Amino acid sequence: MGSIRFDNVSMRFGTFNALEGINLEIGEKEFVAIVGPSGCGKTTCMRMVAGFEHPTGGTVSVNGARVVAPGPDRAVVFQQFALFPWKSVRENIDLGLRNKNLPKSEREDRIARALKLMNLESHADNFPHQLSGGMQQRVAIARAYVLDPSVLLMDEPFGALDAQTRVVMQEELVRISRVNPRTVLFITHAVEEAVYLADRVAIMTRRPGRIKEVLDIKSIREAEQWDKHSRIEDVMDIESFVHLRTQIWKSLREEKGSDAV
Amino acid sequence: MNDAPLTLSQRILYAGLGLGLFFGLWAGLSGSGLVPRQFLPGPLDVLDRMMQLMTTPFAGATLPVHVASSFERYIYGVGLAMLIGVPIGLMMGWFRLLDDIVTPIFDMLRFIAPIAWVPFAALWFGTGIGGPVMIIFAGAFPPCLINAYRGARFVEPRLIEAARMLGTGNTRTILEILLPAAFPSIVAGLRVAAGLGWQSLVGAELIVAAAGVGFMMVQAQANVATPTVMVGMIAIGVIGMAIDVLLRQGEAIVLRRRGLQMSGR
Ligand SMILES: Nc1ncnc2c1ncn2[C@@H]1O[C@H](COP(=O)(O)OP(=O)(O)O)[C@@H](O)[C@H]1O
Ligand SMILES: [Mg+2]
Repeated sequence: MGSIRFDNVSMRFGTFNALEGINLEIGEKEFVAIVGPSGCGKTTCMRMVAGFEHPTGGTVSVNGARVVAPGPDRAVVFQQFALFPWKSVRENIDLGLRNKNLPKSEREDRIARALKLMNLESHADNFPHQLSGGMQQRVAIARAYVLDPSVLLMDEPFGALDAQTRVVMQEELVRISRVNPRTVLFITHAVEEAVYLADRVAIMTRRPGRIKEVLDIKSIREAEQWDKHSRIEDVMDIESFVHLRTQIWKSLREEKGSDAV
Repeated sequence: MNDAPLTLSQRILYAGLGLGLFFGLWAGLSGSGLVPRQFLPGPLDVLDRMMQLMTTPFAGATLPVHVASSFERYIYGVGLAMLIGVPIGLMMGWFRLLDDIVTPIFDMLRFIAPIAWVPFAALWFGTGIGGPVMIIFAGAFPPCLINAYRGARFVEPRLIEAARMLGTGNTRTILEILLPAAFPSIVAGLRVAAGLGWQSLVGAELIVAAAGVGFMMVQAQANVATPTVMVGMIAIGVIGMAIDVLLRQGEAIVLRRRGLQMSGR
């Protein structure tokens, strides 16, 4: 369980062609990042998988079924966290479980595990505004993970965090993905982040939004044993990492002519 | 303009200055003999009358009893407006169809002044509690509904999306997302409703009631007992202000809990 498929997907907003001919298959437990300049349609791609938006052409399907509406099988982590300010950390995480009508004991069990996974145990009864941005995003991730979704959709989840916190969260996400592998569609405009996190990176271009190429990171990561390093800055020094990053940068640049990305 | 906030002692000083000026002018005008005493009783006459009315009945009851019966209707009217207006407003903010159906009717009805309902209030309820309650309701209902509706309609879209992706159903979304999100707006609406309701109450009692502050004033007017009329006016003003101050505190507390500031004073 947990495959995503874009089948010749296009999206028009009025007369504006936001996406055209998007084809992408994400396998079970695969982590795919989409990188591209802002406005190229990354968020729109994710929103179609979430069911917030419907393609004007082609189909988006999850586990072989066409997406029609949002649902807890496709948990979303938003850039701006989107936590409910009037609910405590625990209540935020609990909402999705209550919606599934799970018995109380199981909910408590799952919440405890999610809190532990995200190192949030001491904040269970805090309200979002009492937490730092990084902590809030941990809550949002816990709220998504606790649902045991077949796919996880993350739209620039670390984009609103400061640089140090972002690094910590990236390392955390790698750790969690190892403990608890998921199918992830990860949106970012940060090239390093994509290379560090993803099994494959899809490079998007603008006007209209298209997928230009898809790079395999996983085989290189495994061959070069990036996992031996636990710190992101060490991984980022590895030659094969640098090489991939440069390759993606170039690919993005070519497309944009003289513009800076 | 000097926008530095006033200190507490400054505020008391200025408020005292304003009130002193008001009562001084009033006393001067009625004491000067320019206006016949019966047309404009002096502040002391009124105070005197107020003390009397505390224990001596007029129009069937003492002042506290009139105030209490006014207050009872008021609580019913505003309470009913809130209990009906807020849920309808929230549902209109969530169900598009309901919004499309109700809004046109509502937009027409809300321009009818509460007092315009008096003939029907009298016809349907006579002088019982129903008539004034209905008129207060007419005054308090629109702000309850509108503020709940706006609060629900303008909830941050991300939060709605988050609720939907978590699989939240309609009832739970209304109760756990829209209601708390709209809460500051609802409380602000309640304050407006409380003010309008209090104003309509006295208007209503002038016409359809057998007790209450408004009724006392009508009876006094018939006897040209101007100090008693004035006592009624002052009671209305002071109680109205007290209600507003209390609700303002409530609103400030609600907003502070959310880490927000109240705009203006
Ligand atoms: N609801 C919408 N209505 C109109 N235009 C939209 C809408 N959503 C996105 N767009 C446009 O589609 C393009 C892609 O947007 P988006 O997917 O948010 O890009 P990205 O996430 O890559 O920055 C942008 O030009 C944006 O202005
Ligand atoms: Mg985006």
